[in-house]
Amino acid sequence: MTLPLPIRDPGESADQAFNVPLEPDIFDSVHGIATAQIRALTPARIFQRRSGTSLATSELLSFQLDLGRARDAVQAALQPASFLPELNRALSGRASAVLLHSAARDRREYLQRPDLGRVLDAASAGVLQQRARSIAPAVDRSSLAIVIADGLSALGVERNACPLVAALLPLLPADAWQLQPVCVVEQGRVAVGDEIGQLLRADMLLMLIGERPGLSSPDSLGAYITWKPLLGRNDAERNCISNIRAGGLVPELAAMRIAALMQEATRLQLTGVALKESSLPLEAGQ
Amino acid sequence: MKFQHTIGDITHSFSSLRELLAVATPFRSGDALAGIVARSAEHRVAAQYALADVPLNHFLSEQVVLYEIDEVTRLIVDSHDHAAFAPIASLTVGEFRDWLLSDDATSKRLAELAPGITPEMAAAVSKLMRIQDLILVARKINVVTRFRTTVGLPGRLSARLQPNHPTDAMSGIAAATLDGLLLGSGDAVIGINPVGDNPATVTGILRMLDTLRQRFEIPAQTCVLAHITTQLEALRLGAPIDLLFQSIAGTQRANSSFGIDLSLLDEACAAALALNRGAPCADGSVGTNVMYFETGQGSALSANAHLGVDGKAVDQQTLEARAYAVARRYNPMLVNTVVGFIGPEYLYDGKQITRAALEDHFCGKLLGLPMGCDVCYTNHAEADQDDMDSLLTLLGTAGVNYVMGVPGADDVMLNYQSTSFHDALYLRRVLGLRPAPEFEKWLAGDHFARLRMESRSPALLLQGVAS
Repeated sequence: MTLPLPIRDPGESADQAFNVPLEPDIFDSVHGIATAQIRALTPARIFQRRSGTSLATSELLSFQLDLGRARDAVQAALQPASFLPELNRALSGRASAVLLHSAARDRREYLQRPDLGRVLDAASAGVLQQRARSIAPAVDRSSLAIVIADGLSALGVERNACPLVAALLPLLPADAWQLQPVCVVEQGRVAVGDEIGQLLRADMLLMLIGERPGLSSPDSLGAYITWKPLLGRNDAERNCISNIRAGGLVPELAAMRIAALMQEATRLQLTGVALKESSLPLEAGQ
Repeated sequence: MKFQHTIGDITHSFSSLRELLAVATPFRSGDALAGIVARSAEHRVAAQYALADVPLNHFLSEQVVLYEIDEVTRLIVDSHDHAAFAPIASLTVGEFRDWLLSDDATSKRLAELAPGITPEMAAAVSKLMRIQDLILVARKINVVTRFRTTVGLPGRLSARLQPNHPTDAMSGIAAATLDGLLLGSGDAVIGINPVGDNPATVTGILRMLDTLRQRFEIPAQTCVLAHITTQLEALRLGAPIDLLFQSIAGTQRANSSFGIDLSLLDEACAAALALNRGAPCADGSVGTNVMYFETGQGSALSANAHLGVDGKAVDQQTLEARAYAVARRYNPMLVNTVVGFIGPEYLYDGKQITRAALEDHFCGKLLGLPMGCDVCYTNHAEADQDDMDSLLTLLGTAGVNYVMGVPGADDVMLNYQSTSFHDALYLRRVLGLRPAPEFEKWLAGDHFARLRMESRSPALLLQGVAS
């Protein structure tokens, strides 16, 4: 779509009011090829069309659309009725999904009280304790707790969590990994995985959580892995793989990186700053 | 010391200066998270009454963070200039507010007073001020700094060009830099937040920017905002370092969580000064302000490094003001609060972000710092571009030294919204503000004309710079 050029007094070579000699015609339709070339160099909003010193309407609305999508993603709620069956299909019998809720009652409380998003509410803790009693201890293999939380983008979870789990499971042989019930947490933050991992007596925690939406990425998923999850673990004791989404790190490649990290973490018996992904023999995902 | 104020038949008591400052603070979500907000609106005003009666010299004897265990407190106490403080030594906090608003408080007197004011005094008086008070007083204070440009002169507004790229691609950074320059941004600094925090990345970006700067004789300074130890490593390897950047906070523990302390900053500042890369500026003096600091309310709480003398939380605004004591030790070129970056658990909405930004700008200027502001928000805060436009306009009125210029206000690396090149031009236009004098001259000269001409073939231009 091409907008008409801003109308300008041809005698006006510089805008004296702010002392910048603007030339609206540098990147106009005559030089459209040049504009397209340079805009292709970065996802940043450069060489935007303008009127005077302000953005042209098309540029303004494009920004507002992306902002609206990002803000919708923050407010969106996970839909367990559709998500849980899809997750169970992705798990293909290796584990079953459990729905839990953090102590943050709603989005508003979640956004203002990060401490509440880091712990389960009483009912969920009770449910999980009951499940934990019926789990046999892992012998000769590592126990893995996968936790999926809405975080700041339920959209990121709905679009990417199941494809990621489906791609990851074949990389985790049953003779090496015992899967615990996969916990889906509403209004959850990263650290809620620690409480869950501890209750399930897991050796390894894989936390999948919706990331803070950017204007160009409302649906991004983050993966945090933590060896021996315990209440009170800090972020320096985890490893993170970020930007998992169709337009970023695709779930299939993310699964390979996560599997490689978890394998190395199990060998070293640690996660965090001492575990460097760059030292891993990765076949993909760089 | 115990503070109290009686309203009707209820006496409100406050057991420490820390508690008094916390309860007197206008509501914000970070203080609620820390569990220190007023029980009611009346409780808050009672604290403000009590705070108004506290003599300023009491702040020299009661600290909010323990002297023995916190080097920021030691810096504040040990570097306090009693001679500069003398003119206001007999005032209470309330009387100090009245004096600041009076015509006695001239630009010259305010500048002379700065070394005598402690961060806690600045925070205290700001808690009794409305937004128009914060603007009126800050506007009287001119803090001017120089490197290759002069920033902070009255009637001027500079912009940091922030051409970040999600993978540090040189051509992408160069393309965004070109756009910003053509729109008159970059006179505060051309500063990039890198993805990769390593000396090779820092050096690569700095060399590219330095090539561009020299080729078009741009009066500007550049900076790559990696960790300061990474920048120092790059400096030792010969990178063209203009300004050294670091995030700082108001307690020793919070700074420690950033991996810094005062001795490291001392070393860094000395190393940058020794490079002598500043240039003669418009008034003929050579620029020697070499440090760039960023701060923001809530950073100490988010690092769990926010506790005060009685083991309870210090309010986030007082801790922010304490970060300015760290900054002023180094005569920085630039200091800005990144006000809305930290998220809604600290500043929930546009209203809280707006007040916090104007408090930070006021406190920084009162303490003698060249304050700019990253007018910004994240997508999970209750804020949008309308809130940013309002705040930008208020800050321009308050005389802010600089704001950010991010392409289209959308930082594609840090995933937040700031202000754009166009926003800076809007503010210059509506308030009649001009760029830094050296930069203004460059914009009107042959080198800028050449840059515009070569921009008609951007691929060729960037090939020469970013290959």
